[in-house]
Amino acid sequence: MKIANSKVTAERLVRDALEKAEHFSDYHIFNYLNKDGAIARAREIDAKIKRGEKVGRLAGVPYALKDNFLSPEGGTTASAHILEEFTSPITATSIAKLEAEGAIMIGRTNLDAFAHGSSTENSYFGPTLNAFDKTRVAGGSSGGSAVAVALDIVEFATGTDTGGSIRQPASFNGIYGLKPTYGCISRYGVVAMASSTDCIGFFTKTPDDMDLLMSIASGQDPKDLTTLPDYYNNDDSNNLDTKSDDSRLDNASNSLSETVSREGYDPSEVSEARDDGPERTRSKIKNCRIGLVKDFDNESVDSEIREALKAKAELLKSKGHEIIELDMPSLKYALAAYYIIVPAEVASNLSRYDGVRYGFRSKNSKDLDALYGNTRSEGFMAENKRRIMTGNFVLSSGFYDAYFLKAAKARTLIVKEYEKAFSKCDFILSPVSPNPAFKLGEKVSDPVAMYLEDMMSVSLNLAGVPGLTIPAGKNKAGLPLGLQLVGPRRSDKKLIEFSKELQENDQ
Amino acid sequence: MKIKREDILHLSELSNFTLSESEIESLSGNLSDIIKYISQLDELDVEGIPPTYQVFEMENVWRDDEILEQDASRDELLALTKESRDNQIKVPKVL
Repeated sequence: MKIANSKVTAERLVRDALEKAEHFSDYHIFNYLNKDGAIARAREIDAKIKRGEKVGRLAGVPYALKDNFLSPEGGTTASAHILEEFTSPITATSIAKLEAEGAIMIGRTNLDAFAHGSSTENSYFGPTLNAFDKTRVAGGSSGGSAVAVALDIVEFATGTDTGGSIRQPASFNGIYGLKPTYGCISRYGVVAMASSTDCIGFFTKTPDDMDLLMSIASGQDPKDLTTLPDYYNNDDSNNLDTKSDDSRLDNASNSLSETVSREGYDPSEVSEARDDGPERTRSKIKNCRIGLVKDFDNESVDSEIREALKAKAELLKSKGHEIIELDMPSLKYALAAYYIIVPAEVASNLSRYDGVRYGFRSKNSKDLDALYGNTRSEGFMAENKRRIMTGNFVLSSGFYDAYFLKAAKARTLIVKEYEKAFSKCDFILSPVSPNPAFKLGEKVSDPVAMYLEDMMSVSLNLAGVPGLTIPAGKNKAGLPLGLQLVGPRRSDKKLIEFSKELQENDQ
Repeated sequence: MKIKREDILHLSELSNFTLSESEIESLSGNLSDIIKYISQLDELDVEGIPPTYQVFEMENVWRDDEILEQDASRDELLALTKESRDNQIKVPKVL
């Protein structure tokens, strides 16, 4: 990651990012550009550097913020009409932590309204285009953030992942995207979707950048009582040296810096610009056992994605890792369980948007009931309405036992199945989505077809386990392919470290 | 199961929506498709399995019962509403 120092000013980094953002304006990545605010902050950091004061680990690093994170800089719209005029007086804890290290938000990125969607086409402001093919979707719901990183506008971007909203757009745009363990990063100041599965995470170009961001953002927050004590930086089980088997560690000759084969991204610049932190190395984790899920190896998954998975499995074998097959029959039902549990939580979380206290309020309502009804009908997108109504259906009397309770029981089976899998292997490698980026408009009018996009990503959210999208080359049409590396709860650091083993050219 | 017009009207009431005729029609189709899909859970035997509602490892996280400093002032919060008077939010008549 390029950070500001005495040679490269924060203002230069920020101006470059803003110029690129404007150059790529036709992709519709940003809902808001933070021009004046970003430049002012950059000047503050440059002044500190000039005075020789200590600056943070992200000094002057421009980043893009998914537009469902609250801060007073720009309105937080969640790409929804009902929040179009809303500007938050409070700042999300995750933003405060990044900015305390000197990161500078240059813009707020587009998403499916309230993060309901897998393509960013459900945005009130129109879709974001794929970084590799403008006729295709960016993925979603964090589409704007993924494309901002893929087009090299920013070094990193924030996202939220309730069922795949970081991992799928990362795979559609050829970058890294992490959904951490449930409870790892504070959600205070982030627009709630489904409280039992929502996670904050990041998009980056390298595993080392992901590690740095995680080490900054993780930890308990008194403002979010669903945060875990900081295991990412402290937990002994995270210490790579504590693996019982010493042969897993490769202490020799690992001072070689990684290479990243990306156009316009020169790793030599990175090592020059980095002026703090330890020298980055390739993976220290050796002799792992990796599980491939048998149940995902069928015609419902694109053949080139399955080939990419097999190629990565071969690569791991050649590096001394063992590949095993896993039977995980309950995962077949994860999507149905997800589309019961999450709409139920959505219906509850989105009941707060009533036009009374903040956001859009419909005009000319004769009484309070009409105000609620008109505001919500005019303010929500069609997909928001579908999810709220599905949620109220599965929770309503007569259907609760058959749908919601049954899904909650299915969730237990899914949690147990992951526990069993991780008693047999260290990590699971699987596809993220059944296909690479699809055409704009292809699925937008068929909600179930859009939901099927999430069939391999949602089970992680139901189980609370972390997953990292890793780039896995391109298909014949030139579209990026991605795979997800899944680990047990709290294995985030090892997961990121191990992802280096999946890079083709470790030299 | 097929979602009928009266089901949509009931759900829109639960959801506090005022739907147009064309929305009622499209949502009937959409919700029928969605409910058909999620009904495949019927194939799964969950007899005797306890439900899972959350995957957070901790329970009953308490804080001390004291007033903490707030991130937003009353004035800042009231400024977010469309209409207010005497520190109260103004809405159309309730009854």
